[in-house]
Amino acid sequence: MEILLIIVSAIFVNNIVLAQFLGICPFLGVSNKLSTATGMSAAVCFVITLATLVTYLLNKYLLLPFQLEFLQTISFILVIAALVQMVEIVLKKMSPSLYQALGIYLPLITTNCAVLGVAMNVVQKEYTFGLPSHMLGLGEAVLYAFATSLGYGLAMVIFAGLREQLALSSVPKAFKGIPIALITVGILAMAFMGFSGIA
Amino acid sequence: MTKLQLITKGFVKDNPTFVLLLGMCPTLATTTSAINGLSMGLATLFVLVLANMAISAVAPVVPDKVHIPVYIVIIATFVTLLQLLMQAFVPDIYATLGLFIPLIVVNCIVLGRAEAFANKNTVLDSALDGLGVGLGFTCSLTVLGIVREILGSGSVFGWKFISGDGMLAFVMAPGAFLALGYLMVLFNKFVAKK
Amino acid sequence: MAVQSNLKNMFVCLFGTCLVCSALLAGVYAMTKAPIDATNARLLKEAVGAVLPEGGELSDAQTLEVGGQPSEYYVLNQDGTPAAYAVKSTVVGFGGPLTLMVGVTADGTVYNTSVLSHSETPGLGAKCTTDEKFMAQWKGFNPAEKILKVKKDNGDVDAITASTITSRAYTLAVENAVNALKSIGGLNND
Repeated sequence: MEILLIIVSAIFVNNIVLAQFLGICPFLGVSNKLSTATGMSAAVCFVITLATLVTYLLNKYLLLPFQLEFLQTISFILVIAALVQMVEIVLKKMSPSLYQALGIYLPLITTNCAVLGVAMNVVQKEYTFGLPSHMLGLGEAVLYAFATSLGYGLAMVIFAGLREQLALSSVPKAFKGIPIALITVGILAMAFMGFSGIA
Repeated sequence: MTKLQLITKGFVKDNPTFVLLLGMCPTLATTTSAINGLSMGLATLFVLVLANMAISAVAPVVPDKVHIPVYIVIIATFVTLLQLLMQAFVPDIYATLGLFIPLIVVNCIVLGRAEAFANKNTVLDSALDGLGVGLGFTCSLTVLGIVREILGSGSVFGWKFISGDGMLAFVMAPGAFLALGYLMVLFNKFVAKK
Repeated sequence: MAVQSNLKNMFVCLFGTCLVCSALLAGVYAMTKAPIDATNARLLKEAVGAVLPEGGELSDAQTLEVGGQPSEYYVLNQDGTPAAYAVKSTVVGFGGPLTLMVGVTADGTVYNTSVLSHSETPGLGAKCTTDEKFMAQWKGFNPAEKILKVKKDNGDVDAITASTITSRAYTLAVENAVNALKSIGGLNND
């Protein structure tokens, strides 16, 4: 039950793009085509889950015992940057086909605020998920990060689908491109608001 | 480019929000009211100016292959500095802006200016560039904040001139996207010169 | 960008930057620690003071269990006897955790309540911090005479319009706080 609540809450109720406003730049940037959107989502999903796992451990076993919480921002971003580089190198060696699919998106992910945002949220906020509010345990944190990145993928894929349609319709000149895309996201966000209060 | 142009270009010609489309996350998330938008803009301005100056000072001696990590460390340092100062002296604003203060680290505007300008210009020019872009960003955030506050709560900077609730949607997530979308339409129509 | 990269200068440069930056931050942290602690202490004192009668001496934070989870409370001593308590109480609201500070006098009457943190919907549930009618009813609310439930659940609490879930959560938080004080024998009406 609790696991279900975490998943529903992270994917729908507190959707990372449409309710928390994280990772908007790549969301607007690479959602022109469904195929690139899927590739980007997969890469983000991979990095968010891995980064949350590493930063959670870093925070729990290195920063908290030495009361160095004020170094969270700087150490998390370094870990994320190093991790992205490492994933890139490993993928290149181990699985060239996967590297072909995700490779071009990986360098962009370091500055995707969704990754740092989720990592910080997990160690700073208290969550409920049907229980009394508490800090997340390692398992919950990783599950939450994974579900959140699925939510990112969901929003991304829906939006890319909408934009492919939008590209074919004629819109007024001043609306072309980003403005009409933003208005579309607004309406999409309204639809997602219907989920609030479920979890 | 003259020194004055460095400062003024951020308002219209290279406006980070409406023209360059950078830093969208804090733009949408923190503009629920005019004062929040303004505070977020000023916080970013602070980091932009200092990071630009520091980066332009060290850029000539940084080896090419590690320049991005070095820049990120410098930016993160100033962001943490800002976090500590805000916690100490303006805790209310810090609590409202929350997560989006540490996220200035990954705001593409800051790293973007470091890469595009600060690493090949003097310390003074970089400071002015940071100031200009930061002011442009602050300006757009404040405008978006004012629009959302008027529509959403019928007030400006907390001064209420329409009684009742206003259109609550504009304070919530969908309104952020809608308001920014329509503001961009107006900007394209009347301000941007093709 | 004139500098050629080699392992040695890359290492020295990155290491040096990190060293300088963390030294700088440690310095600033040490300098701002006192003001930050002072600010937090002041905010806490304001939050506690807002829900308690004036005068008397406030104790340090003490721990107790509220609604099945660890929390903390403060005792206000007047003339050497406990006159009132401020209890921190967290429940699940509509949008996430809802944390209240509940002030209760020794006779079991609620003195006042205030919201420490919440994530309720702006304009609806978030009105629990601004709605005067809703907030005023807690002053002097006596759980011995009135029922701590919203009117929809046959109680005596006026819910915020269109925000029953938030109102229920708020009511539960107050109820948990009062019960927690009862369980440690702090109230002398029973």
